[in-house]
Amino acid sequence: MEDILPIRLVHLLLHGLTALLVAPLIPGLINKVKALVAGRQGPRILQLYYDLAKLIRKRAVFSRTTTWVFLLGPIATVTVGWVAALIVPFGHFPAPIRFEGDAIFFAYLFGVARFLTVLSALDTGSSFEGMGSARELTFSALAEPALFLGFATLAKYSGSISLSGMLASPQFTLSRVMAPHILVLTAWFIVYLAENARIPVDDPNTHLELTMIHEVMVLDHSGRPFALVLYGSSLKLLVLGALILGPFLPRTHYWWLDWVAFFGALAALAVAVGIVESIMARFRMNKVPQLLLAAVVASAFAFTLLFA
Amino acid sequence: MSQRRFTPLRNGQAMPLARLEELDIDAFRDEILQSVKEGQRLACLCATPDLRVFAVLAEDQGDRLWVGQTRLQEPCFPSITPQCPQAHLFEREMAEQFGIVPAGHPWLKPVRYHRSWGTRDAWGRTEAPVPGVTDFFQVGGDEVHEVSVGPVHAGVIEPGHFRFQCHGETVFHLEIALGYQHRGIERALIGGPHPLSLKHAETASGDSTIAHAWAYCRNLEGLAGVTVPPRSEWVRGVALELERAANHTGDLGAMAGDVGFLPTSSYCGRIRGDWLNLSAAVCGSRLGRDWLKPGGLRQDLEPELARELSPRLAQAWYDTNDALELLWGASSVLNRFEAAGLLDPEQARDIGLVGVAARACGIRRDSRVDHPFGPYGEHPVTISLAERGRVLSRGWVRWKELQESRRFLAEALDALADLPVDAKPAPLPALMPDALCISLVEGWRGEVLHLAITDGKGCFARYKIVDPSFHNWFGLALALRGEQISDFPLINKSFNLSYCGHDL
Repeated sequence: MEDILPIRLVHLLLHGLTALLVAPLIPGLINKVKALVAGRQGPRILQLYYDLAKLIRKRAVFSRTTTWVFLLGPIATVTVGWVAALIVPFGHFPAPIRFEGDAIFFAYLFGVARFLTVLSALDTGSSFEGMGSARELTFSALAEPALFLGFATLAKYSGSISLSGMLASPQFTLSRVMAPHILVLTAWFIVYLAENARIPVDDPNTHLELTMIHEVMVLDHSGRPFALVLYGSSLKLLVLGALILGPFLPRTHYWWLDWVAFFGALAALAVAVGIVESIMARFRMNKVPQLLLAAVVASAFAFTLLFA
Repeated sequence: MSQRRFTPLRNGQAMPLARLEELDIDAFRDEILQSVKEGQRLACLCATPDLRVFAVLAEDQGDRLWVGQTRLQEPCFPSITPQCPQAHLFEREMAEQFGIVPAGHPWLKPVRYHRSWGTRDAWGRTEAPVPGVTDFFQVGGDEVHEVSVGPVHAGVIEPGHFRFQCHGETVFHLEIALGYQHRGIERALIGGPHPLSLKHAETASGDSTIAHAWAYCRNLEGLAGVTVPPRSEWVRGVALELERAANHTGDLGAMAGDVGFLPTSSYCGRIRGDWLNLSAAVCGSRLGRDWLKPGGLRQDLEPELARELSPRLAQAWYDTNDALELLWGASSVLNRFEAAGLLDPEQARDIGLVGVAARACGIRRDSRVDHPFGPYGEHPVTISLAERGRVLSRGWVRWKELQESRRFLAEALDALADLPVDAKPAPLPALMPDALCISLVEGWRGEVLHLAITDGKGCFARYKIVDPSFHNWFGLALALRGEQISDFPLINKSFNLSYCGHDL
């Protein structure tokens, strides 16, 4: 049924619009949940859209020590977010771009973005940004095995190393969720928190430059480049969210209901992130590697279990 | 025994300068070194423009202060700091204010980067230097990197400059350069008291308005020979404890915020406002400005108002308790607090740490108990102690002090509800000429010391203010050694020292 052309077009259209427009809702939702738990009213859910509109109208200020490299980070963040959004399936419909091995391509797209963000951070010559870069690279190197072992598990299970094959495979249903899936979900949720600089790994709200990890690398951006940074990080929340939710979305008999389920699950993920941030303190920096290693171990177990 | 040559004095008691023996510098030094060795504390060391140097030693177990003075023949004396680290900042201050060189001081640098009060400072400068432009301690080696923070910070806080010598994430050494908030308060007080003097004292550190105002008032009352009616003393106690409650609540909330624990952080932000509003209900100012005045109170706390405040106090306490139970119940928070900011009690004693930070190291030091003033003589408070000198200990001491403040406040409001209002205080008589008065007040941060010296006409010849931050900033630098640089904001918040109180 899904091969019928008009429905394919509707899917493509929905996919494109979601990738372009929906992302800034997720941080808005997380912040709303945090505010409500803390007994505050909080900013509105659409706040990031307003912020972006404001920043686009603002002029950027560039430090005299920076060069054109400084702009690579913001540009790469958004570009990579969009390309990745075209590779990852939203729900159970295969993504617009898919090929064997795109999972690895997907993972290293974010590697490229991180590399360029680090370059632009180092371009400022600030000691904070250097520290933040060192932290970000250390932690992402530890998060990567968890991501890849998760990929390996799903690839073994579905017989495909394309994200569309792994996440949107027709034979997958909720009733077949097994121990390996639960382990992968656990591991990837930790990776999700780490990659998106959320508590307990990083604190997106802190104004204390010495404790920041990701935030400090973009401290010098302003105006439009900063709008790109903010939009790019919300894209990352969306794209990685679609990745970790993919294997667990229920499959219904109506294509539109699949979309509803996808958006519902995305909202639930945002609420979960908001609740985690509300009920626990951030880890001490030297404890973060232990958390990430726990994620690696969980996904390694998931992979081993498939051979049992 | 020692102490023969220094003169004993009680907190808030005035004394003619003639009763002070003028020691020669060697005897003066020996007295200080010997007394500190015996466990006393150098609470103040300051000079006057005519090269007299005064020292105040606090004997915390004996409710006594020992005052000594010496007159220097030339602006130079052998430094006390190598044997008594408590003197290090006082000596740097004298070098900057009056060009008195403490020969042999291990790290002689300006404190506040202002122009000398005389013709030149100890470095021969006649113009005001730029704050923070100076040599900093550096650790050599390829693997060491330096991080410099401030004076402009990412948050809305006071300006201060911090230099970290780091090995990866580990801090080897932190050096703190302040002075950006210098307003010249001590100089402005010379020739006083004039109409603005109380204002100057109140704004020495705005978050400790009551503590500084009270210390100032007690000096004037001591020098004028006036006793304050007991009811007014009760109200001053209420003012001080409300200030303590508001700041401790705010600090615990801010510490929660620094580890990203949102519920307590948001609740305490609001509840701090509730405490401040109790002050505002009495005197019209959330910070307690214009509440006290020499001789008594500017705004009394009438019996009806006391009855009205009691339920509001109970409610504020109920909310505070709730928010903090969340904090102490979160293992992720305790884990962060427990792991960071160790300050060795031995070092804390050596550098003369005061206040919450000292009590968190297990040092029994609280001027409300050691040198009782106002209502604390008849209605004592218990000292709140913790042992381990970590962030958790400093938080815990605040928590225990909050409980104690609340108990005191409830008792005071009950008593005030039945006491008739005092008559308005009469204007103070003239101050005792050629005299000296020292007053200690335990503000929420620690011991606030004011030292007033009058000239032949009964005007201030010298007015010295020692905010607790002046003693404690160096404690923060020591607490950072070997810690993670990412924990600096948390450790800093657990001390929560005043920049303007240091810079004056």
